Amino acid sequence: MASDETSGKDLTATDSAGVDHGSAAAGIAVVSRDAVANPGFPPHRPRITDLDPRAEKRAERTVYTLFYLSIVGSIFAIAAYMIFPIVPEDPGSVRLNNMFIGIGLALALLALGIGAVHWGKALMHDEEGVDERHPVRGTDETRARAVEIFQEANTESGFGRRTMIRNSLIGALVVFPLPAVVLFRGLAPQDQDPVALLKQTMWEKGTRLALDPSGVPIKASDVTLGSSFAVIPEGLMDLGHGLLEEKAKAVVILVRMKPEDLIETPERASWSYDGIVAYSKICTHVGCPVGLYEQQTHHLLCPCHQSQFDVADSAKVIFGPAKRALPQLPIAVDADGYLIAQSDFLEPVGPSFWERQ
Amino acid sequence: MPRTQKPTNGTSRRSGRRSPLASVALIAIGLLFTGGAYAAFSTSTASAATESASAQTVAEGEKLFAANCATCHGLSADGTSAGPSLIGVGAASVDFQVGTGRMPMQMNGPQAEVKPVQFTEEQTAALAAYVASLAPGPAIPAAELLDAQGDAAAGAELFRINCAMCHNVAGAGGALTEGKYAPALDGVTPQHIYEAMITGPQNMPVFNDMNISPEDKRDIITYLKYVENNPSPGGFALGSLGPVSEGLFLWIFGLGAIVALTVWITAKSN
Repeated sequence: MASDETSGKDLTATDSAGVDHGSAAAGIAVVSRDAVANPGFPPHRPRITDLDPRAEKRAERTVYTLFYLSIVGSIFAIAAYMIFPIVPEDPGSVRLNNMFIGIGLALALLALGIGAVHWGKALMHDEEGVDERHPVRGTDETRARAVEIFQEANTESGFGRRTMIRNSLIGALVVFPLPAVVLFRGLAPQDQDPVALLKQTMWEKGTRLALDPSGVPIKASDVTLGSSFAVIPEGLMDLGHGLLEEKAKAVVILVRMKPEDLIETPERASWSYDGIVAYSKICTHVGCPVGLYEQQTHHLLCPCHQSQFDVADSAKVIFGPAKRALPQLPIAVDADGYLIAQSDFLEPVGPSFWERQ
Repeated sequence: MPRTQKPTNGTSRRSGRRSPLASVALIAIGLLFTGGAYAAFSTSTASAATESASAQTVAEGEKLFAANCATCHGLSADGTSAGPSLIGVGAASVDFQVGTGRMPMQMNGPQAEVKPVQFTEEQTAALAAYVASLAPGPAIPAAELLDAQGDAAAGAELFRINCAMCHNVAGAGGALTEGKYAPALDGVTPQHIYEAMITGPQNMPVFNDMNISPEDKRDIITYLKYVENNPSPGGFALGSLGPVSEGLFLWIFGLGAIVALTVWITAKSN
């Protein structure tokens, strides 16, 4: 099947390195009789640089000119670094510095590369040749010797015989990566349950709603119709360590619309105040800050993946990849007229995670 | 015609006692006098106008309103099914909407778009005075809040928190839902930026003075003008649109260069 009487050996030899196809299963190595014959190389075509000594000279000049140009580029980059220093407080100087150093370095590398390729193409010897692929399989003697070496090593080291040593070595290698596991585990919070951390935010009963970034508490009367406020819990900015972690969970968007525009379920009827509602700003898709509030449609758009939430209707998802409504922060007004939280969010903020109900 | 020219030539020759320079000087003095008088007159009227929006301006505005706006906003500006009520929107809102050419609206669409301004400054001021006379509302901001000489860094922080999600961190604008968009902010006058913040035109939320104080608004304007007037340190900003324009640029020019180099390297030399 795999060979014809006259040329089968040649054909198989070139593409499968001498493996005997006589024993191969039918269909694996079929070489058909009317296979396209190897046409061989096209006749060698001399280049203009091979025929015309002046063209050769010209190509040579081009190549060394390019290499010299590369030197110029490198020196120019050094000079540019000194001539166009980065002046603090002047963004324009950064631009000049980057641009001229970049031009110098680009010239240096490009001229080097183009010169080398041009040298190879125009001047170097270009006779076509073939390197036959040599067989991958070693000779029988080599293979036998290799097996012999393994056996010798086994006998001499006693690896197969001294099982205690062998097993303890394997054990040591298995235990060795364990410190890495323990050390990396130490980077995560240890005394706190990460699931609980994700479920809770800084909001609690009575926390005042404050302006981001000033931390000034917000009165209900400040929030006029059509307003949108970027809100943080009061006292957030006083946190030193962990400020960003807390802020990333606790940010809230506060808007006011006409109370009659608001569609509220009975259990959430007490969560708003006179048309003022507060929702988590962390998208339930992958956690981008959702901030594109349209005051006429009451739609909230996430800039990352175009999820849309209807703020007038419990921030339900009306478009896009998000799967959950934004968590609502229940708000009320304290005796001084400031907006306060009734409690923390009643569900975890942000994207879904596996322990989330 | 030549007949009429001749006598004038004759008179100038007859009064030829004076040198030609004298008539030039006479004209110059005359021009200076009339120009100076006009300048003095117009500055005095301007100062008078700033005293109070006179009843005449309001009346003028009412006429303009009835002719140009009442079809949609109603003859008494209390709105129709085609346009919202303008009672209480204030002079700032009118100055923004009319002064940027958004109003009068050309056609219905996702939002009113900027187009060539349809009214002169005096007409816009008259319309604003009329609408402001209907009910109290946000006024046109004072000039000292619009000088863009505030704290650009503080303004940048406020801009990132309150504005950048829609308008892009460099103020290059961005898309909203269903064909609406937040416009680019370069080239917008400080007065219009300020008015947009206090009035919340179209789908933009209102940023009242309790949310972003007048000083903070001045800082935000300072930041926007700083971005507008300073080159991007990174070179070509490509519209500051981020990965879309940058990716497209690299896709076309970067990959194009790689393809061209590859073709050149593998081509046989002649």
